[in-house]
Amino acid sequence: MHLGESMRECEYSQISTRSSTPMETPYKKRTPKRRKWEAFPGRNKFYCDGRIMMAKQTGVFYLTLVLILVTCGLFFVFDCPFLALQLTPIIPVVGGALFLFVLGTLLRTSFSDPGVLPRATPDEAADLERQIDVANGSTGYRPPPRTKEVVINGQTVKLKYCFTCKIFRPPRASHCSLCDNCVERFDHHCPWVGNCVGRRNYRFFYMFILSLSFLTIFIFAFVITHIILLSHQSGFLNALKYSPASVLEVVVCFFSVWSIVGLSGFHTYLIGSNQTTNEDIKGSWSSKRGKDNYNPYSYGNMFTNCCAALCGPLPPSLIDRRGFVESDAPQLAQPTNGMTMYGATQSQQSHMAATTPLPSS
Amino acid sequence: MATEFHNLQELRHSASLANKVFIQRDYSEGTTCKFQTKFPSELESRMERTLFEDTVKTLNNFYAEAEKIGGQSYLEGCLACATAYLIFLCMETRYEKVLKKIAKYIQEQNEKIYAPRGLLITDPVERGMRVIEISIYEDRGSSGSSSGSSSVSGSTAR
Repeated sequence: MHLGESMRECEYSQISTRSSTPMETPYKKRTPKRRKWEAFPGRNKFYCDGRIMMAKQTGVFYLTLVLILVTCGLFFVFDCPFLALQLTPIIPVVGGALFLFVLGTLLRTSFSDPGVLPRATPDEAADLERQIDVANGSTGYRPPPRTKEVVINGQTVKLKYCFTCKIFRPPRASHCSLCDNCVERFDHHCPWVGNCVGRRNYRFFYMFILSLSFLTIFIFAFVITHIILLSHQSGFLNALKYSPASVLEVVVCFFSVWSIVGLSGFHTYLIGSNQTTNEDIKGSWSSKRGKDNYNPYSYGNMFTNCCAALCGPLPPSLIDRRGFVESDAPQLAQPTNGMTMYGATQSQQSHMAATTPLPSS
Repeated sequence: MATEFHNLQELRHSASLANKVFIQRDYSEGTTCKFQTKFPSELESRMERTLFEDTVKTLNNFYAEAEKIGGQSYLEGCLACATAYLIFLCMETRYEKVLKKIAKYIQEQNEKIYAPRGLLITDPVERGMRVIEISIYEDRGSSGSSSGSSSVSGSTAR
């Protein structure tokens, strides 16, 4: 069609005068297809071609990893031989299993998608804007904060509009300012695991802190046992000199055990009452807010809540990191242009809206 | 003359996108995935209310099945935990299996019901499970020509 051809000619000349940005490169002839993670709008870091997803700041995560690896390494090298011989070889076996489980759950928590909600497509955002304008009426004053009220199991819940993602956040979702994403069932952003904790990785996070509590207590107990047994043989100070690594392990375990066991206890309470850290801190469902305030998501008893949180179905990732960016999705007109474009693509739209009119070739 | 599209490719190439309708989520029962069954006004001239409601209700049932917390999901969860979640490397979760069923169902609905009426449903999973997007197409040849010519003159005047 004539219109299509002239538009295509303009396309190529436009690209040659502008520096290429990620949005425009897909439209060149024979461009290698980009994966969606490369065009992801949030502040996340991706590794292994989109298979691994983490927050931007990962320094503390490496610290966590180093602490666990070094402490366990020292335990297996310096304490286990003695304990295996003197007591039972089951000790290093159990220790090894716990260590692998801790590492597995940590990596799973850190590397998986916490439940990020993809941002609204331009058509969706435009449709929502139109609905909000209709609801508010065009007054010319600054529009009031955008909220929608929903009744869930008899409790009124306010859904907030996210200005960054251009969506009404589902209940229990929250926008993480560090990662710049809306996350479903947002619990908190944990710098120790270098990722947000949300719907998809909460069970891994809980298993991680629970198993880490056991591992810390396990190492602490057996290192103390080792030192005591050595002291019986050759006196306390000699025992410390003979096994200095044990001292380091005891110190690390002693300081970690309070925080980790405390955190495990706190999260056990949260799981039992089916709340997120976010809701607990804000006191969303506390009875202090009102007599009729209750948690509409709770199943009533602690056991069902636990099972639902830990053994419930695991939803797949919504952001499709390894899919390819589609450059030919049909789109509706942008309201700013004021004209209907047939079969216009997203990159074309941004061209038309952003560039100044070029001289006709 | 009523436009008839015999397959989806034909629809996409020979028709132009006129409008999109978004069916929003229904949160009245909590965070489980459920879509509103309210019939949008833009579709009133295009299709029957009952067909639309059937589609949405079937989709809602599929999602309820995927998110059901019961014997099978507990078994899956416990087995996964026992194998340190490595089992997901070789096994597909129940949710993923149901999503595949949904994709097939939507494809089937598009071919049988929606495409012949100049409509197209987009799988909600491609929109972050927020909306069911229904694209409304106009026939490029006949009824859209008047608006077509005005946009041609509009764009060449750039």
